[in-house]
Amino acid sequence: MSAPSLPAAPPQTEVPWSLWKSQVSGLLRLEVKKYLLSKRALLLYFLAFLPIFPFLIWNLRAMLVGDLPDIAQASMFYAGMFQTLMLHLVIFFACVITFTNLFRGEVLEHSLHYYFLCPVRREVLVVGKYIAGQFASWIIFLICVVISFCLVYFPYGGQGLDYFTSGPAIGHLLAYMGVTVLAFLGYGAVFLFTGLLFRNPIIPAIVIWIWEGINAFLPAMLQKISVSHYLISLCPVPLSGGPIRVIADPAPAWLSVPGLLLVTLAVLFLASLKIRHMEISYGGE
Amino acid sequence: MSDSQDIIFRNVSKFYGEVLGVNRVDLNLAPGITGLVGPNGSGKTTLMNLMTGLLQPTRGEISILGLPPDRPELLFNRVGYCTQYDSFPRGMNGFQFIYSFLRIHGLVHPQAEDMTWKALEMVGLQDAAKRKVAAYSKGMRQRIKLGQAIAHQPDVLVLDEPLNGLDPMARAEIIDLFKRLSEKGKHVIVSSHILHELDVISDQVVMLSNGYIVAEGDIHGVREEMTDVPMQILVRCDKPAMLASRIFQEDHAVEAQMHSDGQGLLLRTRDADSFFLLMNRMVTQEGLRVESVAPADDDVHSVYLYLIGNQGGSSS
Ligand SMILES: Nc1ncnc2c1ncn2[C@@H]1O[C@H](COP(=O)(O)OP(=O)(O)O)[C@@H](O)[C@H]1O
Ligand SMILES: [Mg+2]
Repeated sequence: MSAPSLPAAPPQTEVPWSLWKSQVSGLLRLEVKKYLLSKRALLLYFLAFLPIFPFLIWNLRAMLVGDLPDIAQASMFYAGMFQTLMLHLVIFFACVITFTNLFRGEVLEHSLHYYFLCPVRREVLVVGKYIAGQFASWIIFLICVVISFCLVYFPYGGQGLDYFTSGPAIGHLLAYMGVTVLAFLGYGAVFLFTGLLFRNPIIPAIVIWIWEGINAFLPAMLQKISVSHYLISLCPVPLSGGPIRVIADPAPAWLSVPGLLLVTLAVLFLASLKIRHMEISYGGE
Repeated sequence: MSDSQDIIFRNVSKFYGEVLGVNRVDLNLAPGITGLVGPNGSGKTTLMNLMTGLLQPTRGEISILGLPPDRPELLFNRVGYCTQYDSFPRGMNGFQFIYSFLRIHGLVHPQAEDMTWKALEMVGLQDAAKRKVAAYSKGMRQRIKLGQAIAHQPDVLVLDEPLNGLDPMARAEIIDLFKRLSEKGKHVIVSSHILHELDVISDQVVMLSNGYIVAEGDIHGVREEMTDVPMQILVRCDKPAMLASRIFQEDHAVEAQMHSDGQGLLLRTRDADSFFLLMNRMVTQEGLRVESVAPADDDVHSVYLYLIGNQGGSSS
């Protein structure tokens, strides 16, 4: 209103790109370690062990009983485990834990103001913390994918090794790792946003979880409005009409990958808008 | 004289929903030490959070050295804020705490390391640098926060109750640090709920009450403004008659009314400072037992009274 009477700001030199990079790397330095070593990370490690467990049993059974199914069956077994246990449970809730708490955790611990008082755009804070969350998640869960994948073929000995060297296994593994990364990118952005939006982000997380879970049983149109639809379309071994999941018409990779990335960027953009107006109010001070 | 060296509030109000934080604040702060004084809940923290963009004003405009508070990437190259929140990122030692955030500022390692040691030295915590902040005493935590706020050598230093929890030695050192910074032409904005703590060092005082600025200017001006008009004080004590007779031996008392139960009096004085000095003398030297002292009118004076009456009552 009385704008004219305020002194004009000095020429607002835009922050150079190189400074953003060092600010983001400063954030990574601090944050990745924190996400890997905090108490909350214990839950992540527990989640990461979950998908390994059935394959340990699988190995134990092979050792004790001995009769192994055909190796193609084994890759179906892994595909089933990956799509249900890994995507639907483990990665989903790992994202809930890590990404809803990117900012909310700092509010709970009354430490957000230290970030807000740095000469860093709030948008850069969002991106920096998000990337840190991604790195930490990838480190834990890509190891988990690799271990569980190797465990499936371990009982096959030489035949299993051939499956890697001259068979499709390496391709499958890389695809699963790619899907894992995409899943973290997508769900991570979603839960970063819900963590900013809702006072109790567990409720939206459960709602989204149920939606993603029943999604496969919905009409083809509705299936398209979910993250898991695209992720599952990208899995290398389709589950052909099994009891677990029926994908109406899988989205092609040229659509799924850029689509997921676009949605991720859009949600991150919304989160940036939201955080620009975020105020520090810890309550009980 | 509003140039971009100043901190300017134009008709700024902040409401937390229905709750008033501050209302219709107009301020123009020049470099130097500014004391922001007011009782708890008067709006000091709100004002400081508005200054630093941690809160957004419901109405009005703020300019810090010509910069708007909602541009952190520009603002915090020049502003440092030591908040009242006694919380720290987990698991860090004193060095890491300051260093990590300097890295987020975008500084490279050698520079950040150098500035961290400088800051630690300024607040006298070099020896405790490698100990966990969580194991620090309240006074050390207060100082490491201060160190963190000045580490990037800001031109504007905002400090929310920075003397809280410091022992007299540390207090003197920190106040000395404020003086040195202000002599370099920087803004040092310090809040306190104890006027006495700040009046000697402040170049200007802003007095807050219930979200409004009630007085502003150099400390002599504020004192005069406050002492011009007589104010009412309610004292409950064991010898009100004696107190009354002593008051009238000095020339600032206007009126005194005894309570009917003989356990108190209502007085009007033009100089609450002198009254408190007198009363304190009677307590220490003549065994006067004071049960309570309270302002009898709830206007500007009562705030002042509260502030000066609190002289010994700094929390630890
Ligand atoms: N986050 C908040 N939500 C609601 N009311 C608040 C909040 N923060 C402060 N207030 C209210 O605003 C007023 C000013 O508070 P504050 O600025 O903290 O005062 P001070 O720092 O002088 O103690 C008080 O009435 C306080 O209750
Ligand atoms: Mg306060």
